[in-house]
Amino acid sequence: MTTEKILFEESLPGGGLWSWRIPRHTTLRLTDLEGGANVGLMAYNTDQPLDRLNLPDTLKAQHTAMLKRGNVLMSDMGHALFSITADPCGWHDPLGGHGNAALVRKKYGGATYQEKRNDWFRNAHDNFLIELGKHGLGKRDLVANVNFFSRLDVDAEGKMKFHTGNSKAGDFVDLRAEMNVLAVLNTCQHPLDPNPKYAPKPVKLTLRQTPPPGADDFCRNFRGENQRSFILTERLFLGA
Amino acid sequence: MSTFILTESKLEPAKAAYDFTLPAGDGWMHEIKRGQTFRIVDLDGNQAVDTLFYNAHEMSDRYSAQDTIREQGSIYLTAGTRLISSEGNVLATLVADTCGRHDTLGGACAAESNQVRYALDKRWMHSCRDTFMLAITRWGRGVTKCDITHNINFFMNVPVTAEGRLSFADGVSAGGSYVELRAEMDLICLISNCPQLNNPCNAYNPTPVRLLIWD
Repeated sequence: MTTEKILFEESLPGGGLWSWRIPRHTTLRLTDLEGGANVGLMAYNTDQPLDRLNLPDTLKAQHTAMLKRGNVLMSDMGHALFSITADPCGWHDPLGGHGNAALVRKKYGGATYQEKRNDWFRNAHDNFLIELGKHGLGKRDLVANVNFFSRLDVDAEGKMKFHTGNSKAGDFVDLRAEMNVLAVLNTCQHPLDPNPKYAPKPVKLTLRQTPPPGADDFCRNFRGENQRSFILTERLFLGA
Repeated sequence: MSTFILTESKLEPAKAAYDFTLPAGDGWMHEIKRGQTFRIVDLDGNQAVDTLFYNAHEMSDRYSAQDTIREQGSIYLTAGTRLISSEGNVLATLVADTCGRHDTLGGACAAESNQVRYALDKRWMHSCRDTFMLAITRWGRGVTKCDITHNINFFMNVPVTAEGRLSFADGVSAGGSYVELRAEMDLICLISNCPQLNNPCNAYNPTPVRLLIWD
């Protein structure tokens, strides 16, 4: 990381919301500052937002129900949006989705902006809609989201259980954009987080310039499916 | 060891208000009124029926796979499952199920994802997303690709292991198995009767399904 230029850095408190058009071949690092953070993320091709994150396609192409280094977040058009190029945490949840105002009210009670100012209780659904709206997107553009730093365990009956302690303070995940990617994220608690208190954790967001993936790139070669997804993505930029 | 609990229905096909057989590779987009019961019959077994539901009065209020599995605490759909919308509403309830397990993680096959999964020259093969695209284009009314979201795969078996692996396993649906839903609001249902020939989701043999609606 020391040899790569940091383009900018921001901190995002728990319950926060953010979106940015991540340029191709830059890398967004999410850092869990205190441990136990959750970052809900949706992603779109900036140049054609109908080309968007599709978790079923992502999971079935890579035969996985979790995400870690080597995995690629794929769009519904077969393209690679983000590659997970570094990941000391090792398990990120693609199953649990995100909570809404009703869930937050039921779990934590209410805390309006009128009462609490910026310590109010925010919810992921509204946060996604706010940030999507800034890019001309709305309810119909919501997709199944990833929850970085969170883990659900699934048993033989299909039952899901939140895995406490998945992410430690200082854990991070690097997301290299393989095209220009609109990333929409927030730091609300995972909807299955058993903590009875509203206590979302802060993260640091770091964008840095990184080299394009070479022929020997780990994520490109993680599976044959990833190789083909890279080829289809690189075709978008041919002849320009 | 996983267990399958089968729940039968007393409804008689002869008394259905609607009865249609949908060939493999075809699409179906249809209204289902609140209180009506909708049955999908896997006539020959091991078929995958890619299905989406929408609030008929507000298309942006639509089936959400993540909300549905999280609210019931289980990744598989079966009798008793309430299908939850992106706005947190109950679209429909599964009231009968003689298969015992249905997938909602695997999504629909698409020409482009087939290129990724199998080979770059597979793009021409028929796929569920192409069926969806034609069905919504014929339906009109402003429905577009952004309304094609993460669907249910009725009769499909996609187990997840403790290590977080996901696989398309052999089918668990015998010929004649059915699933039945009660509409909890006025719905629009969109189905692609899956034409996939590249994996065992249909046992490599896509077959017709029967669609019945009772008032």
